[in-house]
Amino acid sequence: MNFSYHIEGGNFSRAGIASSEVKKILKQLNVNPTAIKRVVVALYEAEVNVVAHAYEGDVHVDISPEGVTVVVDDRGPGIPDIPLAMQEGYSTASPEVREMGFGAGMGLPNMQKNCDELSIESEVGKGTRVTMKTRFNA
Amino acid sequence: METFYHALKVAPGTCIGCTHCMSLCPTRAIRVVRGMAVIDKNACVDCGMCLKSCPRQAIYVAQDDFNQIFQYKYRVVILPTVLFGQFAEEVTEDQIFAELHDMGFTHVIEAAQAYGVLAKATRRYMQKHAYLRPFISAFCPAIVRLIQVRFPALLEHILPLKQGMDLAAIYARRKFTAEGVAPGDIGIFYVTPCAAKIAAIKSPVGEDRSDVDGVINLDFLYNKIQLGLSRHRDNPLPPVPEQTYLSPDAIAWTLSEGEASNFEGRCLAIDGIHNVSDILEKIENDELLDIDYLELRACSHSCPGGTLTVNNRFLTIERLRKRMQGVTDNPRTCPNDIAGDEEYLIANGRLHEEIPPRSIDQLDENFVTAMQKMEKINRIMEVLPRIDCGACGTPSCHTLARDVVQGKAKLSQCVFMQKLLCRESLMTAEESMELSEQTWGEKRFEQ
Repeated sequence: MNFSYHIEGGNFSRAGIASSEVKKILKQLNVNPTAIKRVVVALYEAEVNVVAHAYEGDVHVDISPEGVTVVVDDRGPGIPDIPLAMQEGYSTASPEVREMGFGAGMGLPNMQKNCDELSIESEVGKGTRVTMKTRFNA
Repeated sequence: METFYHALKVAPGTCIGCTHCMSLCPTRAIRVVRGMAVIDKNACVDCGMCLKSCPRQAIYVAQDDFNQIFQYKYRVVILPTVLFGQFAEEVTEDQIFAELHDMGFTHVIEAAQAYGVLAKATRRYMQKHAYLRPFISAFCPAIVRLIQVRFPALLEHILPLKQGMDLAAIYARRKFTAEGVAPGDIGIFYVTPCAAKIAAIKSPVGEDRSDVDGVINLDFLYNKIQLGLSRHRDNPLPPVPEQTYLSPDAIAWTLSEGEASNFEGRCLAIDGIHNVSDILEKIENDELLDIDYLELRACSHSCPGGTLTVNNRFLTIERLRKRMQGVTDNPRTCPNDIAGDEEYLIANGRLHEEIPPRSIDQLDENFVTAMQKMEKINRIMEVLPRIDCGACGTPSCHTLARDVVQGKAKLSQCVFMQKLLCRESLMTAEESMELSEQTWGEKRFEQ
């Protein structure tokens, strides 16, 4: 089953809409709460990343009996050095973004922690695609 | 599935199925069938939003017969703090105590007497189980039930502690038993400001039976006291030297911030059940970290806004604040004996059982079946108008789609669908009328 959500860059008040919707769906499917939490936390981080860094993005969620695959595609600056970005505490967020309580450099590490497979493809100046797979019975 | 006791009832002759309650219910537990609101027992959390929203007073709170108190020799009444807030300032606490004795109670205890003990028990539990942060207070039974049905993943954060009413009851029973009174002679009654506390006594969560024997609705008792006060106006009752010293903190406990202000760390106080749902969503998503304690109350302004209160809640709060001030200016000397039983109460104040989840969100136990049902719901949503008018007898188009998939409703209940079917000659005007009668009752169309 597929669901899609659009994310607006710079609009922090709407960050978390996709993760809330996905949570509602997974609850209805009787998925165990631990798996729901992992999916929701990882997706929320991904949403905040798009809002904080990109112009816009789209979330595609595919739900199957095995688990959830989330693809987050954005149009934005891209990530020049992915291994560096994966380090805890590393952040390129602007002071304005940090003032709002985001940009602590925990986004990508948190996403990695909360999914079973994470892959990031990025082209500087174009955008980033993050793919996260979470299995229900991991 | 086991059924749950609910005190909220719909009066058949009075309810016209106006849908006010249906659209406000935080768990979407209400449908209109044959012109009357019907509450789903598995989804209802006893918050009382339906009662507050009803323009016809068709929703009421069932209560025990008052005369049951006379089955007991020791008739103990436990009072919520907000009781005093119901009265005008010239009515003194002494007068209220005297009236309670006059109507038949032998002992009066305020639930607030136990809050010092509860605060201590809470602190100890939090210290020992720090890994379970954020702690959620079990104070409001409607919130505990809301978490059971809508946020089962957060159940482990609820403090498994008995509340003031139960602690006061344990204290009273222990005290009189120690004095040699036969347990069967002791009857303990709680005066409730809301429907949720009644449900908590009739079908408690986390314990097999409540420590309280019966419930008296606050509005009923208020009338009884008022009646007594006017009867004794020219001939005042002698005062009963029973009032114990209550600290301002104890009096404030049932007000918003009354719990949260007692504890260290980041403590939030949220009132209003829809506000509470918003916060619980955030907690569940890990959007809010570093919270230590959550005081969550279903009613706006907490207990002063209870479903069975009589006075305006702002005036209730004003009166209670004055009482707090009065305690500071002029402390009573009669000691609070409950504090003496502190260790016993802390040891016996834990909930015995786990709080079980009662999720109402899942479409099916089986994932694949649930997914098929969800796909059907999504298909149905494409043809529904999405205006959530309520004319089908469910609170929203999505709820109708869900009910259809669960076999609880027909898609043709939707008036838009009926119009479409009539236009395509797939439904006659009579059939459409019949469907409307099923939702709104035959009487509705009788003019």
